[in-house]
Amino acid sequence: MTALSIARSRLGQVSWSWLGVAPFFVFALMFLILPTGFLMVGAFQDAGGNFTLANIAHLFQPSILSAYWISIEVSAVSAIAGAVIGFFLAYAGVLGGLPRWIRPTLMTFSGVASNFAGVPLAFAFLATLGRVGLVTALLVKYFDFNLYSTGFNLLSFSGLALTYLYFQIPLMVLIMTPALDGLKRDWREAASILGASSWQYWRHVALPVLWPSLLGTTLLLFANAFGAVATAYALTGSSLNIVTILLYAQIRGDVLHDENLGYALALGMILITGLSNLAYIWLRTRSEKWLR
Amino acid sequence: MAFLEIKDLRKAFGPLSVVQNFELAVEGGEFVSFLGPSGCGKTTTLRMVAGFEQPSAGTIRINGRDVTGLRPNQRNVGMVFQSYALFPNMTVAENVGFGLKVARRPAAEIGARVEEMLRLIKLPTLAGRYPYQLSGGQQQRVALARALAIKPQVLLLDEPLSALDAKIRVALREEIRSVQRKLGITTIYVTHDQEEALSMSDRIVVMNEGRVEQIGTPFEIYNYPRTRFVASFVGTLNILRARVTDAGQRRIAIDGQEIVARRGLDGTASGELRAVALRPEAVSLSDPGGERNRLQGTIEDVSFLGSVVRIRVRFKENAISLDTFNNPGLAPPEPGREVTVTFAYDDVLVLEGEAS
Amino acid sequence: MKRSKLGPWLAIVIGAIYFLVPLIGTFEFSLRMRRGEYSFDAYRIVLGDPQFQATFAYSTCLALATILVGALLVVPTAYWIRLRLPGLRPVVEFITLLPLVIPAIVLVFGYLRIYNSSSWLPLTASDRATDLLLTFSYVTLALPYMYRAVDTGLRAIDVRTLTEAAESLGAGWPTILFRVIFPNVRVAVLSGAFLTFAIVIGEFTMASLLDRPAFGPYLQLIGANRAYEPSALAIIAFIVTWACMGLIQVFGRGARMAAETR
Ligand SMILES: Nc1ncnc2c1ncn2[C@@H]1O[C@H](COP(=O)(O)OP(=O)(O)OP(=O)(O)O)[C@@H](O)[C@H]1O
Ligand SMILES: [Mg+2]
Repeated sequence: MTALSIARSRLGQVSWSWLGVAPFFVFALMFLILPTGFLMVGAFQDAGGNFTLANIAHLFQPSILSAYWISIEVSAVSAIAGAVIGFFLAYAGVLGGLPRWIRPTLMTFSGVASNFAGVPLAFAFLATLGRVGLVTALLVKYFDFNLYSTGFNLLSFSGLALTYLYFQIPLMVLIMTPALDGLKRDWREAASILGASSWQYWRHVALPVLWPSLLGTTLLLFANAFGAVATAYALTGSSLNIVTILLYAQIRGDVLHDENLGYALALGMILITGLSNLAYIWLRTRSEKWLR
Repeated sequence: MAFLEIKDLRKAFGPLSVVQNFELAVEGGEFVSFLGPSGCGKTTTLRMVAGFEQPSAGTIRINGRDVTGLRPNQRNVGMVFQSYALFPNMTVAENVGFGLKVARRPAAEIGARVEEMLRLIKLPTLAGRYPYQLSGGQQQRVALARALAIKPQVLLLDEPLSALDAKIRVALREEIRSVQRKLGITTIYVTHDQEEALSMSDRIVVMNEGRVEQIGTPFEIYNYPRTRFVASFVGTLNILRARVTDAGQRRIAIDGQEIVARRGLDGTASGELRAVALRPEAVSLSDPGGERNRLQGTIEDVSFLGSVVRIRVRFKENAISLDTFNNPGLAPPEPGREVTVTFAYDDVLVLEGEAS
Repeated sequence: MKRSKLGPWLAIVIGAIYFLVPLIGTFEFSLRMRRGEYSFDAYRIVLGDPQFQATFAYSTCLALATILVGALLVVPTAYWIRLRLPGLRPVVEFITLLPLVIPAIVLVFGYLRIYNSSSWLPLTASDRATDLLLTFSYVTLALPYMYRAVDTGLRAIDVRTLTEAAESLGAGWPTILFRVIFPNVRVAVLSGAFLTFAIVIGEFTMASLLDRPAFGPYLQLIGANRAYEPSALAIIAFIVTWACMGLIQVFGRGARMAAETR
């Protein structure tokens, strides 16, 4: 075989190989990259297609800013609380030394609960903690305690965060369980025989080893809550001013229609989830010199 | 009193009794190996000494102090694991210094000690590497340094070399032994590799099914196994079934052919069935003449192992393996040939207990 | 080393309370339709509602279509990446993770703009075309789960050896893919499929914004207008989700047993 024909056959092989993943990349382009890119470009254009920063400037009106802020708060609170609680649950299931049936039960239940989101979840919490919900009623009946007199409202910030936890915690459990399995018994024993207390083992070995997955999962929970529409919409209608609901109303044309402002809203959301991901990647590379 | 004293140690997991009546006294600076087949309880015993498992009964004393109820982090014991168990998130130096760090020693002291340890294991330039950047052999040496950095009273090693390949195993074996000698640290070494145990140890504890079969120096264990188990586990012994024909005259019969057995016949009665051990290297196909045992049999199998040719000779019920050196000028004998094998009276070892 | 089990027990018990109470509350509420006594009236009304049946059937069809398209897209890609283009793996993995980062509402907003009736590809022009677009949207949503499930499944089998064995027997690519690879990752695809089903069946945002008569928007509508039926629907949705997860476990266990006896 001549060098030319080798080169050609190799060339042929390469283009062949590319063809195998072409459908995937076409799909990704059409349904992930282009739509997102279109919005990002549109955010910097006016109705006539000229470059403008006006849409971005519009984002800085108080009602929109506060929507972003509430969204970020709800997402951060439910992500961090979900991560902490989920971590302890996963810990209890894996390392707590509980009976063997606990763990598979916990995992199955987490699988179900993490997917039990959206509209039905809102119904469930309304039926439980709404003004006529079971728990609300029972608290009044047996403890003479009116939940709603404390300022609690399911249709508010705290209610939404509490509801989101219903899928955030199980998601954390699902992801942390294999991560906790990855902690080798030998590490704990090696630490212990070197004189470390249980706390020192967690502080110097286990938590640093788990740190990337802890951080990554918390971030995933954040994005999960930040982009959620259905639960909030079904729970609060449009009474709670969060950014997804604002965008939803924009798209539906329920409110004063301004397409390019919609783009800007979307751009803001992408920026926030994108930036938090970049932050994660940066933290990870910093904290993880020891990873291959 | 011995430095490390284990008295009547037992361990059961539920109904399963894993270690029974374990007794051992280790002198200061001594290197003792636990040798035995997989599942015989070596690791479990070692883990009780380390404090990872609570014994079901018995006591463990280190340097006169009863440590049976103490947690691992209160025992001042060093341990090296089969899997190395280095902390992946720490550099070599941080790993080695970990024990001192959690004991809140000043940084200067930690630094000096780490440097000393890395020099001891001959890896002074790798202080800044992470475990994944080291070979298996290097990782295990770091693990050794980490265990020694806290100046433990006792060093425990659980099959530290079994994850490494053969060459490094031999090199590291010698290195561990020389470090141990240099520091004079009391050491227990778990292995199921008899060569390792024989070459490294001051004394060997041969274990089987949770029990101590025999404790002795490598020389004693190899040359004077007390039980059939020890004889078959250490070395490649021939085990034969023999009938004691005349206990007084020290005569026994193997498949009807009478021989003389010099060792281990005390306390037996004529007519008893006993197991008899015979080392392959003690048996010869040539006959130097003189006072020797002679047995007639048929060559059953010849296997060529390179420098050595292993020949199996069958009598009736029993068979013997023997090794001859390969001689390029001489073809190995053919199977089916009638031969006479010879061995000295002293090489026949009658084992404890009835023949099975 | 004895550690106290109080903490772990406490965590599990509190977790169990938090997760069971809303279910109990919802169930109790769904039985309250008749005054003064418990009844299954709400369920009877819901299940008998032609709207319920129509939207549920519609969403089921969409879920099945999503699973089919998703499997056809993901399995060959994951296979090809493992076999021929391992260098592209990080890129593909990154792309499959994007739907977890870009909110669904943003994606569907983009679709509405790019594929509107006056665009180069008017996917929202007719109902059938919009169904197609919604299916693709759902494939996007399911992409992270489907890809991970299939890739894990492929890791368990030796793709290269299987392929070479099939090639040496003269099999062509379609044969290898459909007769060798698909059957071997069947369990992985199935578990991805049930997960996809659980996600798609009650999905609200995309269906509502594309204006299709799916189960999610129906749920929302009922929630806004009725009192007891929503609770009954929530319980039904929970049972559907549970069934999907249960089926994943059943198939997963079957596969594990098969692997152990092999
Ligand atoms: N935590 C445990 N629970 C129940 N049984 C156990 C436990 N740990 C060990 N065993 C059993 O105890 C016996 C001895 O185990 P051990 O690990 O001490 O053997 P070993 O001599 O170290 O073997 P190996 O050479 O394979 O490491 C085995 O039969 C094992 O199955
Ligand atoms: Mg062992």
